[in-house]
Amino acid sequence: MARRVTYNLPLLLLAAIALACLLAPWLSPYPPAAQQLLLGAQPPSVAHWLGTDIFGRDLLTRLLYGGRLSLLVGLTATAVALLIGVSWGAVAGYVGGRLDAVMMRIVDTLYALPFVIFVVLMMVVFGRSLLLLFIAIGAVEWLTMARIVRAQVRAIVHSDYIEAARCLGLSRWQIVTRHILPNCAGPIIVYTTLTIPSVMLLEAFLSFLGLGVQPPDASWGLLINQGVETMEEYPWLLLYPALALTATLLCLNLVGDRLRDRLEGSAVGGDR
Amino acid sequence: MSWALLQLIARRLATAAVLLVVVAAGTFALIHAAPGGPFSADRAVSAEVETALAAQYRLDQPPLLQFASYLGNALRGEFGPSFKYPGREVSELIAAGLPATLELALYALLLALVVGISVGALAASRPGTLRDRLPMGAALVGICLPAFVLGPLLVLVFGVYNEWLPVSGWGELAGDKLLPTVTLAAGYAAYIARLTRAGLREQLRQPYIVTARAKGLGGAAVILKHALRGALLPVVAYLGPACAGLIAGSFVVETIFQIPGIGRFYIQAAFNRDYTLILGLTLFFATLITLFNLLADLLALWLDPRQREAL
Repeated sequence: MARRVTYNLPLLLLAAIALACLLAPWLSPYPPAAQQLLLGAQPPSVAHWLGTDIFGRDLLTRLLYGGRLSLLVGLTATAVALLIGVSWGAVAGYVGGRLDAVMMRIVDTLYALPFVIFVVLMMVVFGRSLLLLFIAIGAVEWLTMARIVRAQVRAIVHSDYIEAARCLGLSRWQIVTRHILPNCAGPIIVYTTLTIPSVMLLEAFLSFLGLGVQPPDASWGLLINQGVETMEEYPWLLLYPALALTATLLCLNLVGDRLRDRLEGSAVGGDR
Repeated sequence: MSWALLQLIARRLATAAVLLVVVAAGTFALIHAAPGGPFSADRAVSAEVETALAAQYRLDQPPLLQFASYLGNALRGEFGPSFKYPGREVSELIAAGLPATLELALYALLLALVVGISVGALAASRPGTLRDRLPMGAALVGICLPAFVLGPLLVLVFGVYNEWLPVSGWGELAGDKLLPTVTLAAGYAAYIARLTRAGLREQLRQPYIVTARAKGLGGAAVILKHALRGALLPVVAYLGPACAGLIAGSFVVETIFQIPGIGRFYIQAAFNRDYTLILGLTLFFATLITLFNLLADLLALWLDPRQREAL
């Protein structure tokens, strides 16, 4: 039992963080953006558990609200990546032949592009809108998903049960959605879990540079950015947002690694 | 140098050239669409820049011709005048910032390779023990600790609380290159350690390793002389993406440590809407990454006889 709890600790911690962020408006007595300039930056205390920032705003509250945005970007952009990657990979893998070759060649080519630079460029040209941020990040992260799904589909497209489904007169769409994709679910789920942290990292990276989420909104990347500016006087403004981001990324990676090990372990076995 | 290898290089260079033209076209189109850009009428720049721009970009001609002349100039290494620094050429600015950026990226890459490969090999030699779990746990934390978190924390600990190292600059004070290099290298060292360990575990299961062991070769010799060569293939394949990552990382690290490199220029240009500088730097970065990908592929060929035979 105790072993089970430690094993699931990352998952539990992740759920706790997500729940706290989600319930921020009900958990926190402070509004996230209301400034109390007279209060200024205060170290952690009973009233403000993680202290306040230079405008007198409660850091824990801002951290929870920022977490909402960071997690929202993480989930939405991952969903975009999932949608593009899975459809691209499934079509290429199922149809095969020339179309497959062309589609995968496109993926290979896109891999070689400096995408982070492009995302920065897009944020500059089109202004820093949140919607664009989702799309830009999602559009960058789908490539690996497409490769994984395509490889999986190629592996099962010639199996007997797919052949049987075809004989029974199922349409291509039905075969792909009902028979092929459910059988690729394992790798898709694992890779999705590993995409969320990399998406969140990209959002934090952009926000840190000032090219992502804009004040007065907050995301963890932006809070870290603001924390850095005053870290010599008020180190807690840097430490807690940094801790929140790193802990969340760590938990997500741990969960993803474990899912992968379990999946590979059941198929291959051996030490990993 | 075999004929097949030369052919491969020629083919890859041709692909790279096409790719770069596509990148250039995409960037150019983006900038063209941008409000207040160098190609739209409502510019807010000084008269001096204005005349230089009009001459440089042939603004009286249709966009396709403008692009053709931009590309022609870019091929000669002329990216036009900077938008925000009157009288300065983009290529001048790139040349000014490049040494610091290259030096930083090179040090970081070397540090990451040395630390990553040795830690990964050490961990793989005794899987499941403390010697494996401790460094691999640290590597996982390292991956989750982005440069913009690690950098400020290092500055706080080594520069502010203990005044051991300078916290900004590049090549001005003794030891000022240490913190930026470590900050940029940490994530890559962690990732390379994980790749090396996984690759080595895979190789150590192969029959040729059993043979080598049966002939009486010791653990260290088996890893260093036999297994490592094959195990490093994933690391080499990672070098291409790592190069792109190092450039993105240089944005952050050069901003934190105030290093006058092209990464910091890029971010400043983004804020200043210095479109010509952005355009030039994007093309420059893309070229750099493409060349590095090619280099990584050639390195993989050298390491892996199977790939050479498949040529």
